[in-house]
Amino acid sequence: MSVDTATVKRVAKLSRIAISDERAESMKAELNTILGFVEQLQEVDIEGVEPMTSVVDMDMRKRVDEVNDGNKANDVTANAPASQNNFFMVPKVVE
Amino acid sequence: MTDLTKLTISELREGFKAKSFTSLEATNAFIDAIDTSNETLNAYIVQTADIARERAAASDAKLAKGEGGALEGIPVGIKDLYATLDVHTQACSHILDGFQPRYESTVTQNMFDDGAVMLGKLNMDEFAMGSSNETSYYGPVTNPWKRVGEQTDNGTALVPGGSSGGSAAAVAADLCAAATASDTGGSIRQPAALTGTVGIKPTYGRCSRLGMVAFASSLDQAGPITKDVRDSAIMLGSMASSDPRDTTCVDMPVPDYEAAIGKSIKGMKIGIPKEYRLDGMPQEIEKLWEQGKAMLRDAGAEIVDISLPHTKYALPAYYIVAPAEASSNLARYDGVKYGLRVDGKNIEEMYENTRAEGFGEEVKRRVMIGTYVLSAGFYDAYYTRAQKVRTLIKRDFETVFDNGIDCILTPATPSAAFAIGDKEMAADPVKMYLNDVFTVTVNMAGLPGISVPAGLSDEGLPLGLQLIGKPFEEGTLFQAGTIIEEAAGRFNAPRWW
Repeated sequence: MSVDTATVKRVAKLSRIAISDERAESMKAELNTILGFVEQLQEVDIEGVEPMTSVVDMDMRKRVDEVNDGNKANDVTANAPASQNNFFMVPKVVE
Repeated sequence: MTDLTKLTISELREGFKAKSFTSLEATNAFIDAIDTSNETLNAYIVQTADIARERAAASDAKLAKGEGGALEGIPVGIKDLYATLDVHTQACSHILDGFQPRYESTVTQNMFDDGAVMLGKLNMDEFAMGSSNETSYYGPVTNPWKRVGEQTDNGTALVPGGSSGGSAAAVAADLCAAATASDTGGSIRQPAALTGTVGIKPTYGRCSRLGMVAFASSLDQAGPITKDVRDSAIMLGSMASSDPRDTTCVDMPVPDYEAAIGKSIKGMKIGIPKEYRLDGMPQEIEKLWEQGKAMLRDAGAEIVDISLPHTKYALPAYYIVAPAEASSNLARYDGVKYGLRVDGKNIEEMYENTRAEGFGEEVKRRVMIGTYVLSAGFYDAYYTRAQKVRTLIKRDFETVFDNGIDCILTPATPSAAFAIGDKEMAADPVKMYLNDVFTVTVNMAGLPGISVPAGLSDEGLPLGLQLIGKPFEEGTLFQAGTIIEEAAGRFNAPRWW
């Protein structure tokens, strides 16, 4: 399978990465090189094989459902590019 | 007086104990070495000299009382991928501009609890995506090794490998006693091989991933790069732990890895997988592999030919699974919670502009490949198929281990270090990806793998051999790795910088 320029632009949109027309063109060639490389997986017989979900045979550890952390609003917002009173600030989203 | 920067962890430990020198003296020696060398090598992107001196003095106080942990007073470098409290942590990406976490990663906390002294943060490929350390926002790292006859400032500058290129170069150039690194497809073992250092990627789940900037969560593992095998065992013993805050981190006690050093390998069965003999593999790699077999055979191991039939599919399957997980993990960089923000007309444009400016080209490629293979209509054809192939790759290893093989010997890389700015690699992303052809299988199967320097190329550059072990049997790798190290000797970069 390979991608055309329209698909590259759609994938860039889904990835939330702005891309110029010119870069979409060169990106198309790069992505097709990679997709061409992974094409060889088509020749593997995967009949009846389960897809891997965990590489190590283990049960997921569960913790007791209780509050054991928190009250760190200052820490959580400390690195935000814009914040006020421990809120993240974003451009207006509703009119 | 001895050059303290040249000593291994175990030698420093002995020296502290014998009161031949202090941690502060060793730490100052490393700080001076970094000041002299870093402009040329670019291994460190941030130095934390004040923190280092403070911690070294605290360690000296403990050592004077005969106290201290396994890494007490040992000056180390930390890959920029580990969250370090209030210290630059960006995985060498522009998008994490200015990020200083308000918490510490479990791995670095374990090491600091054991007394380690942090010298600074180390360069790496952006988000650990790369095999040459050339995708870093902070520029490439120069390998302290150069080809014979070129060992001058003007000689061709070579890459140290990647993504842990800063870690490998810093250890090889004596800019730290040891370094943390991380490995998703070969990012510890490949740079270790290219710089004449020792690198181990432990079994998936052996080290906590809490506070490691995520790339591909089902493949990422922490591990050390060190000057020798014993140091590798000492470092892993400190880095590894269980962790209630990482559900994929195993609840198993950490064994005494150092106890495996020096144990006989008599009767051990070493597998040689025929699928690792690639078409067009350089003669010197073939020769190195033969020498490795002879070293282990001479020490009493039995060499057995084995087959891992799905080997050639590991790299293509990796280039579906890893980008898919990366596209999901990197969705968090949106210009809201931390790092860079580039404004736009509305919030969506702000996301798109931030990510366009904040991510480098390799990261964009992988996020887009990952987004594509996970998108509606393609998920089964790509992602599900790749995860099924992954099951087959793991099954190959299980079959071999069930048949009595103790560990597997392979080359670590298909070639020695190449030039910074190599045109062929830059023009074709897949060419660069092939650097990990021998290491990536191990991540796909979650197994431990170690790279040990085993010889020099015709051009005088270090080459490594890889040993692959059963799950959670890192001790076997240290045991067999020591045999190779003792037979091959250690390799030090001739100083030109």
